Amino acid sequence: MKKGRFGQYGGQFIPETLMNAVNELEEAYEKYKKDPDFVQELNDLLKNYAGRPSLLYEAKRMTEDLGGAKIYLKREDLNHTGAHKINNVLGQVLLAKKMGKTRVIAETGAGQHGVATATAAALMDMECEIYMGKEDTDRQALNVYRMELLGAKVHPVTTGTMTLKDAVNETMREWAGRMDDTLYVLGSVMGPHPFPTIVRDFQKVIGEEIKEQLMEKEGRLPDAVIACVGGGSNAMGTFYEFIPDKQVRLIGCEAAGLGVDTEKHAATIARGSEGIFHGMKSLFCQNEYGQIAPVYSISAGLDYPGIGPEHAMLAAEGRAQYVPVTDEEAVNAFEYLSRKEGIIPAVESAHAIAYAMKLAPTMRKDQIIVVTVSGRGDKDVAAIARYRGVEIYE
Amino acid sequence: MNKISEAFENKKAFIPFITGGDPSLDVTKKLLLAMQEAGADLIEVGIPFSDPIAEGPVIQEADERALRAGFTTDKLFDAILEVRGEIHIPMVFMTYANPIYVYGKEAFMKRCVECEMAGLIVPDLPYEEKDELLDTCRKYGIELVSLIAPTSEDRIQMIAREAEGFLYCVSSLGVTGVRSEIRTNIREMVDRVREVTDIPCAVGFGISTPKQAREMANVSDGAIVGSAIVKIIAEHGEDCVPYVAEYVRQMKDALR
Repeated sequence: MKKGRFGQYGGQFIPETLMNAVNELEEAYEKYKKDPDFVQELNDLLKNYAGRPSLLYEAKRMTEDLGGAKIYLKREDLNHTGAHKINNVLGQVLLAKKMGKTRVIAETGAGQHGVATATAAALMDMECEIYMGKEDTDRQALNVYRMELLGAKVHPVTTGTMTLKDAVNETMREWAGRMDDTLYVLGSVMGPHPFPTIVRDFQKVIGEEIKEQLMEKEGRLPDAVIACVGGGSNAMGTFYEFIPDKQVRLIGCEAAGLGVDTEKHAATIARGSEGIFHGMKSLFCQNEYGQIAPVYSISAGLDYPGIGPEHAMLAAEGRAQYVPVTDEEAVNAFEYLSRKEGIIPAVESAHAIAYAMKLAPTMRKDQIIVVTVSGRGDKDVAAIARYRGVEIYE
Repeated sequence: MNKISEAFENKKAFIPFITGGDPSLDVTKKLLLAMQEAGADLIEVGIPFSDPIAEGPVIQEADERALRAGFTTDKLFDAILEVRGEIHIPMVFMTYANPIYVYGKEAFMKRCVECEMAGLIVPDLPYEEKDELLDTCRKYGIELVSLIAPTSEDRIQMIAREAEGFLYCVSSLGVTGVRSEIRTNIREMVDRVREVTDIPCAVGFGISTPKQAREMANVSDGAIVGSAIVKIIAEHGEDCVPYVAEYVRQMKDALR
């Protein structure tokens, strides 16, 4: 059995230069995940710094309005830094510290992972450099300044499509040049082994909490859990605990941009094909010659042409279902949740809300849906305004 | 077909790299012939990839230029076939795992055989993953070239023992690109290889001057030059052929 495989997906498709770096990371992770001091230190950070457990909130107005299944929201938007990304980052930066590294680097799409990494780096006194596509530094200018405030250096990436995939390329290149004092803190359940496993392990707290909190409130499992999927970290964190519970539907929402029948989308499961890229065998949006396709979504965090290998496996097995959600549906959901519940979700998370809005009315009132609100939407307000034709400046 | 080993017979090999289709496939064909004429012992032809994570800016831009100009893997196979009869030195492809995987491993190797390619260099296929292509390569007699890096250390001998064709010694950390100085102790790297195999070792990444090429070849079996050549191509575009030929001649002379 090869390392880091999820069914036929996963692996370690990276340059030889990086192999000892990922092996070192794997060894350190295997050691520290069983180390009671490490576990305690991380749990302490999650509780007293990030604010875990996050709330499981019953969205009564939304439930009543949609007239079907009862809807709960898993409020990852209430974490420190405003998204689920902090869960993984606290784990990885703490691990980096234990490994004796003094510098962390990371890619970011919407900026949430970059902000989280910069935050953890500030907290743990590490140098931090963030790579972000030029298109994303433009549409998420506020997050760029936020990272700088936290002491990180932000490098706008001007190669390729100037979005998340190019930021990943550039961070890999940077890491290949400097590994002795530097750890690449990858932001999603993707990349070469051991990243998909490490990130999933640090995010699985989401689903574990959902299960426990729902047991307390309802005394049972949910009928469906829904999360948005770019690389797939909040979705994997939400799903993982429920994989053995076959009666729980696992639903990932991909960015369909202007629609899966156009060329402007990022719907990897709906439209992608098998390939090998960013260190993993998985599904990718690409052409018949294996050139990675430029993808599009209103959401910078879902604007990625691949998906984590464990999701590719869950999709192939039929254990999880992946549905495309368009920009228009996501923006409508963004506004809907703001008005109905007074919660402004990240436009990424709004993709999950949008599908819940479709699904809930088709279900019975005694059924339960849990939607993970992976982040808060403050960062998206200007972009949504522009989408609606209102010019405001941040 | 010319085997990779021919490039190293009784000489230090000079191995130039060009990106297929940069700036056009027409120029690629001319470059192959001109570089052979100028003394190249083995030619590495890059199949452009949209996201070449092991490349520095020079080759990244070459890949982008070629793809923008409508490059496809099939067009490169066709172009090579047109001049293959006039080429008497071995050639290898350098590309990433995805263009091969998505083309179809069998279909890709069949076309390699048609083009009489001797080998394949895949920078994102490390030792642990080489089974992905190895069986198909063997079936079609294509040698899968392994790489070792300055960080390989305890991995060097494991990789070298199973290496085919030649061993690509990556001279520096980071990505491809011209470097003013190469700090890695190549002699030590090659010595570790020599403890387990006699396979030729060629050094690449960062080499641009005849002096560097000579120094690297003195402690190994050859020098690989990519970015320095691709830079000349970028500078002169369609008119680059004589400039590249002159450069290859100088570099080869430095290894004689």
